[in-house]
Amino acid sequence: MEQNMMKYDETILSVEHLGKSFGKNEVLKDIDFSVRKGEVISIIGASGSGKSTLLRCINMLETPSSGNVLYHGEPVKNTPRDVVAYRSNVGMVFQSFNLFANMKVLKNCMIGVQKVNKKHEAEAKALALKFLKKVGMGAYLNARPHQLSGGQKQRVAIARALAMEPDLLLFDEPTSALDPEMVGEVLEVIKQLANEGLTMVVVTHEMAFARDVSTRVVFMDKGIIEEEGTPDVIFNHPQSERTKAFLNRFMNQ
Amino acid sequence: MNGIPETFFGWVSLIFSEYGDMFIKGMWSTLFIAALGTIFGCVIGFLVGIIQSTPIESGSSLMLKGVIRLTKLMVSIYVEIFRGTPMMVQAMVIYYGSMQVFGWNIIPIYAGVLILSLNTGAYMAESVRGGIVSIDPGQTEGAKAMGMTHVQTMLYVILPQAFRNLIPQIGNGFVSAIKDTSVLNVISVTELYFMGRTACGTYFRYFEVFFIISMIYLILTFISSRLLILLEKKLDGESDYELIAEDEIGAV
Ligand SMILES: Nc1ncnc2c1ncn2[C@@H]1O[C@H](COP(=O)(O)OP(=O)(O)O)[C@@H](O)[C@H]1O
Ligand SMILES: [Mg+2]
Repeated sequence: MEQNMMKYDETILSVEHLGKSFGKNEVLKDIDFSVRKGEVISIIGASGSGKSTLLRCINMLETPSSGNVLYHGEPVKNTPRDVVAYRSNVGMVFQSFNLFANMKVLKNCMIGVQKVNKKHEAEAKALALKFLKKVGMGAYLNARPHQLSGGQKQRVAIARALAMEPDLLLFDEPTSALDPEMVGEVLEVIKQLANEGLTMVVVTHEMAFARDVSTRVVFMDKGIIEEEGTPDVIFNHPQSERTKAFLNRFMNQ
Repeated sequence: MNGIPETFFGWVSLIFSEYGDMFIKGMWSTLFIAALGTIFGCVIGFLVGIIQSTPIESGSSLMLKGVIRLTKLMVSIYVEIFRGTPMMVQAMVIYYGSMQVFGWNIIPIYAGVLILSLNTGAYMAESVRGGIVSIDPGQTEGAKAMGMTHVQTMLYVILPQAFRNLIPQIGNGFVSAIKDTSVLNVISVTELYFMGRTACGTYFRYFEVFFIISMIYLILTFISSRLLILLEKKLDGESDYELIAEDEIGAV
């Protein structure tokens, strides 16, 4: 275990004492959490425990009520300009794909590279093609999002995020909106990326994925990180009663 | 001249042979005002709609927040005024007001374009705002999450879709504008209705004259709405896409 942790020494991102409230509803409480280069972190926990809110705070889609998000040790400032620069390094894949309906698959993957990363069209196209091929969507360059299945849309969304060449990729339940027969193709892509060393944080209900692919598992409960550790610790030797209860309930479903 | 006609159609053909050129000129004025008014009105409507749907981002400077608030207030006053008064009255106020207060003598047809543009803009603004908020917020999130600014998100993702969705309404607006220009006769714009009134002066054959005028309006609106349907079909584009073979992918 110790060895395993040693491998990842460069901290990409950390959050310190992060809190988030919506009105009186305190959704995240004093979260400390960090991501090191090469880590694949799965976040598990019951619905409503604050997993999405944590990812959205990390990506600054929500403004934290308290605490800091540090990127390579520097606090991310909440001004439009700083946030925009930061987000281009931290990609996000959503449950509902969020592809641009007015663009074909290829353009979906090029637009951010061109407009945010300011690369020339040719380079943007090369990057888009590279990652579309990687996710197995190379044949669908000219399709529009509404012409694709859910699994295909999600693979395009992953290619779109990868084409930005982020340091870190966040996934918020990437397979939860998919028909069961499409979950496999998307998980397969994410697994492949994990094996290639991409740093990522995946909120998921796919326990097999969390157990087999992640280097670290974080269990969230009612706005706090209740327990974290290697998949072996969390799944086979959980310390917290709440972790045990959650896993029991989950496995018996 | 072959004497006084005895039938309705006799009058119609007499009046058309004498005033046809005038009616055609009036028709062109009507089309000119309706087309320019719709185009400028759309531009105004989009600007106002975009301003009204600009979020006040929490991290922005106080100065920027203040400017956005003030601009929003001003455009909502504009919308309120132009939606809350009849266009005929606006025409009088703007035309005679600018003459009396500023000493401007605006050529009536340009005054007409101005008034129709401001009017269309005020109505379009609300639809544009609706069109913007109706685009699935997930797409905005997707754009934001990859680092696009609000302006880029609008420009590349939201507005193209809002515009596409508003085309039917813009088209309907144009058809209405063709009819609404008739109220501009109060400031002596020589549009179709005004020409009709003028043509009544000689024979007092109101029915026959306005029968012709209404036929011309009908032809204009009928042709415009058919053209619009064609345009929409064209914009929808191919419903199919072609799969690209593995070895061709690089060459696209
Ligand atoms: N925009 C919001 N406004 C108000 N409450 C919210 C908002 N987003 C999330 N919440 C609340 O925060 C809690 C945690 O939500 P979420 O982070 O989505 O949980 P999870 O992703 O673990 O299911 C829930 O109680 C939810 O109702
Ligand atoms: Mg969630």
